[in-house]
Amino acid sequence: MDFSLTEEQTMLADSVSRFIANDYNFERRMKIAESDENFSAEIWQTFAELGWTAVPFCEEDGGLGGGPVELMLMMEQFGRGLVVEPYLANIILAGGVLQRAGSDEQKTNWLSGIIEGSLQAALAFSEPQARFEIADIATTATADGDHFTLSGQKAFVLNGGSAELVIIPARTAGAQNDTGGITLFAVPADSEGLSRKSYKTVDAHAAAEITLSNVRVPATSVIGDVDAGHAILEAVIDEATLAVCAEAIGIMRTMHDKTVEYSKSRVQFGVPIGSFQALQHRMVDTLIACEQSHSLLLWTALLTSEGKPDARQAISALKYQVGTAGRLVAEEAVQIHGGMGVTWELDIAHYFKRLSAIGILFGNADFHLDRYVNLSAI
Amino acid sequence: MHISFTKEEREFQQEARRFFAEKFPEDIKRKQDSGAVLSKEDYVRWQKIMYAKGWAAINWPTEYGGTGWTPIQMYIFSNEIARANAPDMLPFGVKMVAPIIYTFGSEEQKARFLPDILESNVWWCQGYSEPGSGSDLASLKMRADRDGDSYILNGTKTWTTLAHMADWIFCLVRTSTDVARRQEGISFVLVDMQTPGVTVRPIITIEGEREVNEVHFEDVRIPVNNLVGEEGKGWTYGKVLLQHERTNIAGVARSQNSLKRLKEKAAQTIHGGPALADDQNFARKIAAVEIDLKALEYTQLRTLAAVAVGKAPGPESSILKICGSEIQQELDALFMEAAGYFALPYVPDQYVIDFPEDERIGHGGETNTSLRYFNNRKASIYGGSNEIQKNIIAKHVLGL
Repeated sequence: MDFSLTEEQTMLADSVSRFIANDYNFERRMKIAESDENFSAEIWQTFAELGWTAVPFCEEDGGLGGGPVELMLMMEQFGRGLVVEPYLANIILAGGVLQRAGSDEQKTNWLSGIIEGSLQAALAFSEPQARFEIADIATTATADGDHFTLSGQKAFVLNGGSAELVIIPARTAGAQNDTGGITLFAVPADSEGLSRKSYKTVDAHAAAEITLSNVRVPATSVIGDVDAGHAILEAVIDEATLAVCAEAIGIMRTMHDKTVEYSKSRVQFGVPIGSFQALQHRMVDTLIACEQSHSLLLWTALLTSEGKPDARQAISALKYQVGTAGRLVAEEAVQIHGGMGVTWELDIAHYFKRLSAIGILFGNADFHLDRYVNLSAI
Repeated sequence: MHISFTKEEREFQQEARRFFAEKFPEDIKRKQDSGAVLSKEDYVRWQKIMYAKGWAAINWPTEYGGTGWTPIQMYIFSNEIARANAPDMLPFGVKMVAPIIYTFGSEEQKARFLPDILESNVWWCQGYSEPGSGSDLASLKMRADRDGDSYILNGTKTWTTLAHMADWIFCLVRTSTDVARRQEGISFVLVDMQTPGVTVRPIITIEGEREVNEVHFEDVRIPVNNLVGEEGKGWTYGKVLLQHERTNIAGVARSQNSLKRLKEKAAQTIHGGPALADDQNFARKIAAVEIDLKALEYTQLRTLAAVAVGKAPGPESSILKICGSEIQQELDALFMEAAGYFALPYVPDQYVIDFPEDERIGHGGETNTSLRYFNNRKASIYGGSNEIQKNIIAKHVLGL
């Protein structure tokens, strides 16, 4: 039993933490968030130079061979810094699919660009009707000689507006909710018949609605095997879920710490408001929420990195925990900051919005509690 | 980071598992499994079996007959004893007073008291709370006035668990009011329950049983060598006592065993009826508490990992009592919910006697679930209420 980190892991966490402290303060983050760009290309280059874009990929693909623990450490820091750069969408989601199932050629064409920081990619993991079910896919891919023709709609494609490559899960067989019959396609965003509406999200990230009207792609665009995309999708979404939970816990701790500090300096009735028991107990509740969430994160990261069979269930437990505890921490932080807590000016508001977005992302607390129950029954 | 035990730790785990499987008496196990309470005889019989194995005092140093185990071994032991649903040693002697005696007591006190605690020959109870001093314990009023080689005790202790079965009581008493801080006037004394002037009055608790008492002291004369350590240091010793409980205070392994039994119960079908486990609402409640408990298990392991390498436990340790008691209470409520109507028959005999299954009202321990639920509302009240725990955390962890 050992919760200590290796020297390399500690160095990685320190390096991200230092970057946030020195080069990504709240003012700079807000400048990026409020610009017309979806993220800072300059900062993305820095990520690549520091090797962060290579962390989760194996060494033969040009990566650094990091696992869930490394991702957890980085994402916690990204949470603390409210980083808007598309690490999740580009590296963990799109890169995760290519790493797991991409052919040598696809890896050369796309993954190496992702690792170098020169290519933006996205994974279209949701459709308008699907809510949080990744198997609910109505988009069709029809074989046509050595080509496929794709038609359908993809919703909330993170990084979808900036992506040059969009990975499209489409149905090649089976009924709309079947796990079988899903195939993943690597589709260049400038393909004929692909249109997109880009937008920013409430938490200053960026996404797009993508429509595919008879988009014709060669059979070499298939990632992995035909009809066998669901398992890859599920593995990647699970890893991404673990990653955003780590990010959420970084945010929760930051909100909790900032709230405690604020309560020591804000004076009303002649005393710091932190001296009031009504507020003290609420801050103890948020401390407990942070500690319990952190404990589940460690459990889940360990199970995942050791490849244990109950890792999937652990991920749902963690997402449920982060959904419920995160909401508590965020709402209490806003409440205790009083009127300032609901201003655009204060960072608390932006942590709140990101945490709320993570609460929904890849399935909310209710969805994951039910998934946990269903996985227990198996 | 990894979560596996070493080879030695796994061997120890097997040894403990074998011991509980072979030596825990079947009739006591049946009572435990049905949620009944144990008698003094049950406890003494079982504790003497643990003593014979050398496992009566897992938290003591070896020089006094303890095991000298590492924190990880204690953790494994706690898991295995809970897995067997065997009761822990009653805490008052072995966990509460003994560490104070061997840390602060005289050689004479160690020789006189420790062996009988180890062998379960002498039973102890705890005299801390008073009618006017609950959460605000430092306001306690029971006096110990020096008179030659004696102290004269006057006052009342309350909520005294098992005082009616105990041979001795350890008390926090006021030896001085002439101090800057009221905590400094408090001393720690040991009192033979047979001393003239000690009377015990029952307090019947919500489930209808006698578990706690009020203990009155009227001109009770005890020798000064029943004072432990220095006069006026009792408060400090009392705080040390709390640290001895830290790693096991959450009751994680107990709750894991309860959860396992709750799931078995929910999976049962009775007279061809539906299984509660198939009810999605109930399944969600079980899942939610299971997740909470898993988080607490790792919060406890984080504490343990820190202690194992000689570090002081971090802020995560202070939340163990709050979360642990809330989870126990949630499980109690779910057991009662699972029992349906059979939570309602009030059959006190089934709560205290090992009844054969076919003579019981309700299935298994269903009628005991409500009594357990009502009784265990105490868990968030005793040992410093959860609100007091939050005050402590606010002050010492958050710096408020």
